[in-house]
Amino acid sequence: MSRVKGGVSWRNTPPGTVTFGASAMEVETGLWRSMRPVLDLEKCVSCLKCWVQCPDASIMTDEDARVCGINEYFCKGCGVCQAVCPAGAISMRPESDFSDCGKVCEPDKVMQLVKNTGMVGELVGS
Amino acid sequence: MGHSAERDEADTNRRVEMTSGNLAFAEAMRQINPDVVAAYPITPSTEIPMRFAEYVANGDVDTRYVAVESEHSAITACVGASVAGGRVMTASSANGVALMHEIFPIAASFRAPIVFGLVNRSLGAPVNIHCDHSDSMPERDSGWVQIYCEDAQEVYDTVMLSVRLAEHPDVLTPVFVCQDGFITSHCYEPVEFLQDESVRQFVGTREPRYPLLDVDNPVSYGSFTMSEHYFEIKRNQIEGLNNVSRVYRELSDEYVALSGREYPMIDRYMTDDADYVVVIMSSATGVVKDVVDDLRREGVRAGCLRVRMYRPFPSGEVREALSGKKCVAVLDRSASPGGVAPLAAEIKSALYMSPDRVPVFDYIFGLGGRDFFPDDARRVFQDLMDMRYEDGARYIGLLEEDD
Ligand code: SF4
Ligand code: SF4
Repeated sequence: MSRVKGGVSWRNTPPGTVTFGASAMEVETGLWRSMRPVLDLEKCVSCLKCWVQCPDASIMTDEDARVCGINEYFCKGCGVCQAVCPAGAISMRPESDFSDCGKVCEPDKVMQLVKNTGMVGELVGS
Repeated sequence: MGHSAERDEADTNRRVEMTSGNLAFAEAMRQINPDVVAAYPITPSTEIPMRFAEYVANGDVDTRYVAVESEHSAITACVGASVAGGRVMTASSANGVALMHEIFPIAASFRAPIVFGLVNRSLGAPVNIHCDHSDSMPERDSGWVQIYCEDAQEVYDTVMLSVRLAEHPDVLTPVFVCQDGFITSHCYEPVEFLQDESVRQFVGTREPRYPLLDVDNPVSYGSFTMSEHYFEIKRNQIEGLNNVSRVYRELSDEYVALSGREYPMIDRYMTDDADYVVVIMSSATGVVKDVVDDLRREGVRAGCLRVRMYRPFPSGEVREALSGKKCVAVLDRSASPGGVAPLAAEIKSALYMSPDRVPVFDYIFGLGGRDFFPDDARRVFQDLMDMRYEDGARYIGLLEEDD
């Protein structure tokens, strides 16, 4: 009957639709996705066009500021990255192709991923 | 209603004045001294903001009064002020209430503890200024508490209780204080008021949990939420209504000690040993109680049950009061076209789990202010005594060809 997700329940949901300051990082826009971008690092030239254009800051970069992956907690599957990529390094595939389709990410792990990219470390605030 | 000098002379808790339901509501507002009132006048609730605007103009209160351009704006301003952390009140009726409809569920979801004087009037068309409950009943699923008062005294006392109920951290839900348009709102009767100081102590000050104006602890209200949280937020909100009966009982005990007046969620009049019970709400109850007295003298075990709290609906209390009766009549002052009228639907639902089946007869009365006479109530009891069951509702006082 009920579902468990990271200790969240209706009982500890803040009343009144309240969301706290700087909580955008907790919003799992990845739940909206029906198409998933798949990145081919062999083809990627790290021009950062996708990084600039992605509306959800989902393109992850490494310490050398090179594109290294896609954050699926935030990626909503809009396909902008694929459209702007000059190298054909991103292909959009239906979620149903993946065995982890619909699986809920652990927010803690996502935050760690976000911090690891180094790009948004300040935003996260620690 | 006396001037403030006269008011100050009273030094006991017993100050009785001839007043109306509307003016009793406005006097309660003066004593409560809310932070914000945003209102747009509409008959028959007009006197509430009108009298209160005088208090504001005369400096009797330090409320910010927001004169808005529509009822929709009135309730919207109330919601904003309430989530900002203020104590907020307003009033409306009929199509004014209907225009506010969009905002009511938002107020409830925001857990904005607004106290609202709803002066019942029929919904147009045709335009009609008189009483029925067709304005408040469409709001029954909006997430607000609904309390229906029988007289002006009860209106006054219910406003006091509602401020505390609405703001209680386990409830945190807005409240409609309903009274019958003109019948209660405009007729004068003696009402006993509390001292200003007693009111101040009873209502205290609001302690908002997440005030929007607390800039050190910023929050947003009403952010976009998809399927991942909406359900939990709604379930959390429902729990506020589920907590009402416990909190209400506590507050009622506190209030009875202060005022000597007690208002249970249902008002049982000679129901304990009754065979036949008429269930009704608001001002028409007195007529039924009179007829119960007459029938008792004639040896008929008649009783009357008044439902005061409609949301949350006190199903358990109703079941306990009506189980084992020979039969029951429910008199609704509004219809649900194509379905069972609102009060009858609740009563039948509450009785579904009673051990023995209690036949329930449905009646609709008083639409658009159609008078309800003792003879009407007597005929309903006669139907019960004769077990004259009919499938579907009967209409009391309706002009029919064979009458
Ligand atoms: S599909 Fe859209 S949201 Fe996802 S990574 Fe590409 S641009 Fe960003
Ligand atoms: S746009 Fe294409 S090539 Fe450029 S960084 Fe993104 S994936 Fe790599």
